[in-house]
Amino acid sequence: MILDKNDLVQIYKQMLTIRRFEEKVAEFLAQGTIHGTGHLYIGEEAIAVGACRAIKDEDYITSTHRGHGHCIAKGADLNKMMSELLGKETGYCRGKGGSMHIADVETGNLGANGVVGGGIPIACGAGITIKMKKLKRVVLCFFGDGAVNQGVFHESLNLASVWDLPVVFICENNLYAMSTATKIAFKIKDLSLRAASYGMPGVKVDGNDVLKIYEEVIKAASRARDGRGSTFIVCDSYRWKGHSRSDAERYRTKKEVMEWKKRCPIERFKKYLLDRGYLNREVAEQIEGEVNLSIQEAVDFAQKSPFPSLKTLEQDVYAS
Amino acid sequence: MPTVELTYREALRRALREEMVRDENVYMMGEDIAIYGGAFGVSLGLLEEFGQERIKDTPLSESVIVGAALGSALTGMRPVAEIMFMDFITIGMDQLINQAAKIHYMYGGKACVPMVLRTPGGSGTGAAAQHSQSLEGLLCHIPGLKVVMPSSPYDALGLLKSSIRDNNPVVFVEHKLLYSQKGLVPEKEYLVPLGKSEVKREGTDLTLVALSVMVVRALKAADKLAQEGISVEIIDPRTLVPLDSEAIINSVKKTHRLLIVHEACKRGGFGAEILSQIEESDAFDYLDVPIRRLAGSDIPIPYSPGLEKGAVPQEDDIVEAVRELVG
Repeated sequence: MILDKNDLVQIYKQMLTIRRFEEKVAEFLAQGTIHGTGHLYIGEEAIAVGACRAIKDEDYITSTHRGHGHCIAKGADLNKMMSELLGKETGYCRGKGGSMHIADVETGNLGANGVVGGGIPIACGAGITIKMKKLKRVVLCFFGDGAVNQGVFHESLNLASVWDLPVVFICENNLYAMSTATKIAFKIKDLSLRAASYGMPGVKVDGNDVLKIYEEVIKAASRARDGRGSTFIVCDSYRWKGHSRSDAERYRTKKEVMEWKKRCPIERFKKYLLDRGYLNREVAEQIEGEVNLSIQEAVDFAQKSPFPSLKTLEQDVYAS
Repeated sequence: MPTVELTYREALRRALREEMVRDENVYMMGEDIAIYGGAFGVSLGLLEEFGQERIKDTPLSESVIVGAALGSALTGMRPVAEIMFMDFITIGMDQLINQAAKIHYMYGGKACVPMVLRTPGGSGTGAAAQHSQSLEGLLCHIPGLKVVMPSSPYDALGLLKSSIRDNNPVVFVEHKLLYSQKGLVPEKEYLVPLGKSEVKREGTDLTLVALSVMVVRALKAADKLAQEGISVEIIDPRTLVPLDSEAIINSVKKTHRLLIVHEACKRGGFGAEILSQIEESDAFDYLDVPIRRLAGSDIPIPYSPGLEKGAVPQEDDIVEAVRELVG
C-alpha cells in the first residue's frame, strides 16, 4: 500500500487530532470536569496512527489504559469518546466504562483495558476467530513496556506463535511503567529480543517516526494475513505527561522531558511534509482549524448530552 | 420417551458433540483435551470427529486459555474452554473476573462474551489441596458470570448445551466423583434451562438444598431417613447464578425446615447466600428451626484418605444433620 499525498496529510491530521483531544482531556482532568482518571497519549501519537493506517476497517485492535490515541486512529467518533469520558449516556459505553474501557467492537476496536497486559490474550482470541472463519483479517495488539513483564505476555506470544495467529504485537515502550524505568525492570536493553524466545520476528523501531511504524506494521500485517504468523514490534517513544492525573513525576527530570519534546512526532512529520511540499503553511493552518473545530464539537456534544439514568444502573450485567 | 443410559462423562461428551455439529462456531480448547481426551476423558474421540482446528490442545497457559476464549467469543465464536482442575482457574482469574465477566456491562451492553469454561471441582480422589477445591463461591460473587453445577448425567447434558448457547461467560463446574455416575437420558435432543432448579426427591419434613455431588449423597441419606419415617425434600439448584430461589422458598414454606449441604468450605460458601436469601424472604416466617449449613471444613483439602473424607460432608453427616433438625 503506497501512501499518496492525501494519505500523508490525513496521517498528520489524525496525529494532531489525538494531540488536541488529549490536551482538552488534560484540561478537563485538571478542572475536575472528568471525574475519573485519564492516561494521556501525548508524545506517542505516531505509534497508533502509523500502525492503524496500515490496517483495514474490518481489522481488529486491542488497546490499553492509555487508549484514546488507538481509538481515534481506529476511526472512533470523537463525540462518543468525549461523552464517555464525561460519563454521559451518549458515550461509547453509555457512561459505564469511562476512559479505560472505550470499545466499539462493531468497528473492530475490542477495547481499551484497565489491566496492564489484559488485552494481549484477547487479541489472540480475535486471531483464533479470524483463522477459524478464514477472514484474512489481522489484529493489532497494543500494550506498553510494563505489560512485557506480565505473565500473559509470555503465554499469549507463545500461543500466537505456535498457532500462527494473525496478531501483530505492538509494544509502546515509553520508558516507564508508571514510575518504574525500563532499565530497572528489564535486564535486556532491546525489548524486541524477547521475540526470539517465541520463534517470531522481533523488530525495534523509532516510535516517533510515523512512516517507519507504518512500514513495519504493513510488513507484519501482511505476514499475519498470509498465515505466516505473528510479529513483535517495539516502538520506542515517550509519554510527555505523567502516568495519570496524580503523578508528581519524581522519577524523571524536567530536562529529560524537554529532550523528548524536541523529538515531537507531530512536528517532525509536519516538517517532513512541508519540506516535500505536501503541506504548506496555509493548509496546515486550515487543518489545525478543522481539528480544533472537531474537538470543540465533541466537547459541545458531550456537555449537552444527558448523564445516564439511574434506571440503567443494573442493566446489561448479563446479555440476553 | 426412549432413553439411554449414559455416564456423566458420556453425557457431557454428547452435549459437546451435538453443539459442535449444530453450530460451526463452537470449538473446544484446553490442556490435553485432544489426543489425551482431557484429564478426565470427557473429550475423548472428539478430535477424530472434528479435527484439531476445533479441538485445540493448548500450551500449559491458563491465562491465555481464558483470555483467548474471551477474545474469540467477543468476535463471533462460541468457545468451550477446559481448565483441567478447578484450582487452576485462579491462574486465569484476571481474564475471567476482570475481563470476561465485565465486558458486557463495561461496554454499555454493546458486546457479549458467549463462552463456557468447563472445569472439574471437588475432592475425593486423593489429589490433596491444589487439585480438590470447590471454588464456585468465589465465582458466584462476580457479577457477569453464570455458574452451573450439574449433579446428574441428565442435567450435565442439558445444562452444558444451554450454557454453550448462552450469550454470557458461563463457568460449568463438573465433579470428578460424578464422571462415572450413570443415569438415564432421553435419546432425543433436549435442553435444561439455566436458572431452573429441580426437586430431586419430594418430601414434607425438611427441605435439603444440595450442590453437585452432595445431591447424590443427600439422595442416599434420604432413603435411609425414609426408613425412620423422616421425609426429606431435596432441591438441586443446578445453576447457582442465576439462582432459582423461588423453588427453595416454596419448598421451605411447605416443610418449615431448611438444611443446605455443599462441599466447599463453609466460610463464605454459597450456602451462606442461600441461607440469607431465605432469611430475607417471606419463607422466614414459616421456619420452625434455624436454617442449618452442612459444608466442608474451613481447611485446605488434606491428602490422607480418612482426613480427606472427614473434610467434606458424607452421607452419614447428612443423615445426622437432618435428624437433629427434624427431631
